[in-house]
Amino acid sequence: MMVGGARRARDPREKRPWTFYALATLMGAFLLFLYGPMAVIYILSFQGPDGGVTFPMVGFSTTWFEEIWKPGQMANIPVAFWRSVALASIVCGITVVVAVAAGLGFRRRFPGSGVLFYLAVASLVMPSLLVGFGIGLGFRLFDWKPDLFTSALAAQLTWTLPFGLFAMFAVFNRFNRAYEEAATDLGASAFQRLRWVTLPILAPGIIGVAMGAFTLSYDEYARSTLVAGNRNTLPLEIYALISSSTSPTLFAIGTLTTAVSFLVIGGTLLFIRRMQRRRAGAARPA
Amino acid sequence: MDHPVPHLERRFDVELVAATKRYGGVVAVDRVSLRIPRASYCCLLGPSGCGKTSTLRMIAGHETVSDGDILIHDENVTDLAPAERGTAMMFQSYALFPHLSCLDNVAFSLKARGVPKAQRHAKAMEYLALVHMDRLSHRMPAELSGGQQQRVALARALITEPRVLLLDEPLSALDPFLRTRVREELKRLQRELGITFIHVTHSQDEAMALADLMVVMDEGRIRQAAAPREVFERPADSFVAKFIGGHNVLNGPDGLIAVRADRCRLGAPGDQPHIAGRIAAVEYLGTTVRLALTVGDGEGASILLPDELFFANPVQMGEEAVMVWREQDSHPLDLPAAAE
Repeated sequence: MMVGGARRARDPREKRPWTFYALATLMGAFLLFLYGPMAVIYILSFQGPDGGVTFPMVGFSTTWFEEIWKPGQMANIPVAFWRSVALASIVCGITVVVAVAAGLGFRRRFPGSGVLFYLAVASLVMPSLLVGFGIGLGFRLFDWKPDLFTSALAAQLTWTLPFGLFAMFAVFNRFNRAYEEAATDLGASAFQRLRWVTLPILAPGIIGVAMGAFTLSYDEYARSTLVAGNRNTLPLEIYALISSSTSPTLFAIGTLTTAVSFLVIGGTLLFIRRMQRRRAGAARPA
Repeated sequence: MDHPVPHLERRFDVELVAATKRYGGVVAVDRVSLRIPRASYCCLLGPSGCGKTSTLRMIAGHETVSDGDILIHDENVTDLAPAERGTAMMFQSYALFPHLSCLDNVAFSLKARGVPKAQRHAKAMEYLALVHMDRLSHRMPAELSGGQQQRVALARALITEPRVLLLDEPLSALDPFLRTRVREELKRLQRELGITFIHVTHSQDEAMALADLMVVMDEGRIRQAAAPREVFERPADSFVAKFIGGHNVLNGPDGLIAVRADRCRLGAPGDQPHIAGRIAAVEYLGTTVRLALTVGDGEGASILLPDELFFANPVQMGEEAVMVWREQDSHPLDLPAAAE
């Protein structure tokens, strides 16, 4: 989704300096470091029916994936998955609304804007487990029952809101105020301007922030663990399984959840690409 | 009109009365007063930071007026919203909405007023036709060239039927050849529509070619406001003379004088005014040859010679030379009562 500038094509006769190979090797090592551990999980999730949780692979099967859907120990996984999706959707919605509003507000200096900004930064560096712990204690203090859609939601928002705010700053930074002035000049009311000009132009960035908030929530463990009540999210459920059982089913779950994450990200990127292509795009028949 | 009392004909389309713009402690526009006659092409000209854009934006209503008043068609609009002033603005980068087709861009102001789709699209097509863009009405802005975008932006501004059209450096994004053509079109359009255009530019050529009223600004003030010919023949001060170009600003017996470079010649010291120097550069410009002279203590002067005259009697770089002019071609500068 990068809007690349004019990139100079390399002349094939031009010899690459040795630094190119050195840096390429470094980059390769970095990618291996990033994806290597997960790759092990993905491979092992296709372990044969008689295999264990370590190499070597004993055959190749999808047994462990089927295991997830069977009633029994794994029964909670699909339920937890849908719970996580529901929670992530709510978190994503709230984050986007608040972040867009804050992004609009922060474009002009107002009394206390600096303090508010640093408070948001500070909440990002707060130790996550303690944030959850604090919320849990607070709920106990008021004698409220911790639950997925109250205390866990709040705990996740302490993480996604500042993130969404910063991402939205980046989105608004590239926004040219002249569009809004043009809308005003043409007689649009403040609401029409927001609805017809500001939001549509910012839409690709806003969708990006939404996706970020969704995946942050979907993956969240540390903040939710102490405040989720008795209904687990998917990461909590998986962690419980890791400590109670060891079978390649765990790997299969890992592979599936990663696939879901990538599907969400890929789908969103594709959507944004299409939106941008439509704007830059090829001529359409009249 | 069947008005019983013969009322005074409106003489000015736009009046600025000591209009001032302050940003914090910085004064960007300093008590600017200007009266723009009916249906005229007015150019605000000056170097960057001279306050010309702030002045335009105050007229448009995109910048609040710190002090003073702005009148459009004899109505005080100082505190009105941009859309209530009867102005329309064409932005420097055109600011066409990237997610809307040309047609929807032009129809935008009608949509804001609640005009039904079929009607607003029909009207938008009329205005696109006016700027010869009706064939590309379904294109997105990114699919258009700079010149085409400019025309769509023009149509989008004109569809609001403004009393005054404001143009912020409308030609700066175009290549030089296109610039001349679009310039002609702008002037033609202004004459056809019979409304006032206020055009901000830093190019003196552009201002000279277009303006009925040329307003030269510097440091938030108007240095001179007059017809281009008046400005060129009688620049009010040394800033104006230097900024519009084509003039030598020299020390005369009674202070600074301006002499047009094309009225200067090489010659011999005699009764006529003259100044001695050395030729620093010879530039062949086609119809003319420009001689750059170093005179006095490092000051520069230039002579524009018709090519025939130069080649009849060529000179070389580094030669000693004397620049001469006729007394009647020199114009005194910085006199207390120089301006109108």
